[in-house]
Amino acid sequence: MKKFLSLLAVSAMVVSLCACGNSGTPAADNAEPAADTQDQTADTQQETEDQTADAQQEESQTGTGVMPAIAKEDIKVGVIHITDPAEGSGYTYTHDLGIQGMQKNIGLDDSQIVRKNNVNDTDATAIENAIRECIEDGCNVIFATSWGFMDTCEALAEEFPQVIFSHGTGYKSNGVNFNNYFGRIYQARYLAGIAAGLKTESNKLGYVAAMGQDNSEVTGGINAFAMGAYSVNPDCEVYVKVTNSWFDPEGETQAAQALVDLGCDVIAQHCDTPNPQTVAEQNGVWGVGYNSDMSKDAPKAVLTSVMWDWSVYYTTAVQSVIDGTWSGENYFGGMNEGLVTIAPLSDLCADGTKEAVEAAKEQITKNGFNVFDGVIETNDGSTVGTEGSTLSDGDITGNMNWYFKNVVVK
Amino acid sequence: MNNPAENPQKEPLLRIAKRAELPAGKIVILRLLAVVLSLVAGGIFIACMGQNPLTIYGTILSGACRSAMAFQGTVKLMIPLLITSLGVTLAFKMKFWNIGAEGQIIFGATCATFFALFCSGMNHVLLIIVMFLAGFIGGGLWGLIPAVFKVRYNTNETLFTLMLNYIALHIVSYLRDGPWMDPGSQGFPKIARFDKNASLDKFLGIQFGWLIGLLLVVIVFIYLKYTKQGYEISVVGESQDTARYAGMNVKKIILRTMFLSGGICGMAGMIQATGSDITLTTSVAGGVGFTAIIIAWLGQLNPFAILLVSFLFSVLEKGSSVVQSNYGLSTDCADVLQGIILFFILGCEFFVRYRFLFRTKVHSEKKIKAEGE
Repeated sequence: MKKFLSLLAVSAMVVSLCACGNSGTPAADNAEPAADTQDQTADTQQETEDQTADAQQEESQTGTGVMPAIAKEDIKVGVIHITDPAEGSGYTYTHDLGIQGMQKNIGLDDSQIVRKNNVNDTDATAIENAIRECIEDGCNVIFATSWGFMDTCEALAEEFPQVIFSHGTGYKSNGVNFNNYFGRIYQARYLAGIAAGLKTESNKLGYVAAMGQDNSEVTGGINAFAMGAYSVNPDCEVYVKVTNSWFDPEGETQAAQALVDLGCDVIAQHCDTPNPQTVAEQNGVWGVGYNSDMSKDAPKAVLTSVMWDWSVYYTTAVQSVIDGTWSGENYFGGMNEGLVTIAPLSDLCADGTKEAVEAAKEQITKNGFNVFDGVIETNDGSTVGTEGSTLSDGDITGNMNWYFKNVVVK
Repeated sequence: MNNPAENPQKEPLLRIAKRAELPAGKIVILRLLAVVLSLVAGGIFIACMGQNPLTIYGTILSGACRSAMAFQGTVKLMIPLLITSLGVTLAFKMKFWNIGAEGQIIFGATCATFFALFCSGMNHVLLIIVMFLAGFIGGGLWGLIPAVFKVRYNTNETLFTLMLNYIALHIVSYLRDGPWMDPGSQGFPKIARFDKNASLDKFLGIQFGWLIGLLLVVIVFIYLKYTKQGYEISVVGESQDTARYAGMNVKKIILRTMFLSGGICGMAGMIQATGSDITLTTSVAGGVGFTAIIIAWLGQLNPFAILLVSFLFSVLEKGSSVVQSNYGLSTDCADVLQGIILFFILGCEFFVRYRFLFRTKVHSEKKIKAEGE
């Protein structure tokens, strides 16, 4: 044992020698900027969110970018996907449709798009390798579509200042070559809520949620859906089941089945697979899909689907790089830009759904209705917001940790 | 064919016989042949996918080594494979089936992460040393648990080490979703990226884990070949009774070796978390613990051969990823390709030790044996 301990001590010393030898130069140099960015991210997190909306308008009008323009022929786009677009439905498929749309809108050649599929978003080394391979292939714009890619993008944006990193659904950015893009999906969920609220007979709507109350994105979506349903059917309740995973085919199936067993007759979802919709179809109830039009997965159940059209953002972003107007600001588009929408209402919808949805849509796109307007009652008896104003984007993306009054977590 | 009249001796059509030791030159030729055959079979598979095998193989090589950045990526994949293979080698030499490298990596990384998260203000050199020790001891303890039960109650170490993998994995999930969750992550379950002060330094553009790996190759080689403890390990591996007869304390040797084996794997975990991932995730081991078992055996438990094999594995993995994006060949195809190559190379080891005897050859075979004896 003593010998072993001494061996350990010796190896520790060897290790420390190695560490000494290195820490002299690179670490010391890097130490200060590192500390700075750490502080900044904490601050900018709130600030950028608040500033996003105003800054975007200002910046896009001035037309001066923070990165040099890249000619159309020289653009090379790298896309980091968490799964494979070949799945034909759901999250990655929808993002890839957006990339294809952008390619068509701008007129890029196939060779100007590099896709990295099935990049595990919990494996930082795999993410880093995938992005570095894109850069090696000559990519100058990288779209990273999954939340888990965020920290790696942040680190590599610092290492490769000439490459533009655009990360979807996160909250970090550096205002220059690393931004964040997302959208007002809650607007579309409000409309879907109307369709669900009019359809339900049991007055119980089910909602398969990927994450719990702490997650603003998911919770905001549930609230918008519940408020949409409430606006046409004040008696209905939204039952929420949380799977704690963005992609969990089995868990999503089970959650949907449990909701049906509780008496829910419309199943909405915020998760990646179409399984909740197929469960609804098997049980003879209805559903609201997410990401792509899920009526092709469950034609006898899906009323409509809450959808993204990412090509809107991808086209805007790449075009701004070509024009030299890339601002490095975060992007938070909505129904007006066409980034979020709902799939055409199916014949399964109740009478009058089309009119009600159209009316609400007009409120949102023309009359400035922002869903989270005025005083909102929560399900624990308190209230949020003030009369005559609407929640800030910062609150919507970062502080949505309450549920609307007709939401019940199961 | 089973008609006894036709075959009075009831010899099967085909039987397997152990070979006398082949000359070294012949073994090398056999292995080279296996590599060539695996490339041909893999090539047929690639051709079936509608691609030119030569360009795909070329892309795998160039994808892994085409530039300094690519090579650095390859080495980065190699570091955990190499170190973990060296770790399991110690246990395998003792014929202790340590299938739990995965868990030892994870637990070592978890222990090191504690210091990375909560003591990040410490002096850099000291912190790195502390994290190395934490990784080593954490992995070592995780390896020691099944060893204790083995020597005490003679439990099955294969199952025991395997099960501990899942326990380690779920500990990380628990920490990620609960006590160690990044407070800034807005409810998304993840552990924060480590402070720069708590991450490994780079040497020649790659985290210096590769130096540790190379150092360990030499240390493990010397330890197994030239030290008393290394000799004890191989005696226990060959026959515990012999070891006991020779007056060795078998229990102590098993415990010590498993601690070292797990410790090295734990260090691989620490190096992966603080050098490559710069955070702790449930993918910190990511199957490395299992691939390392294959590498260790392909390398015949020889540290230098393991170095070579783990490098080739990394080339295949890194290159396949480039093939995926350049030719739209799914990552699953790359896995099939790896499987084919492994199948041939492992199959070749069978032919090094055994051979098929056909019925017609049986008589002449007996003659040869008779002459030999």
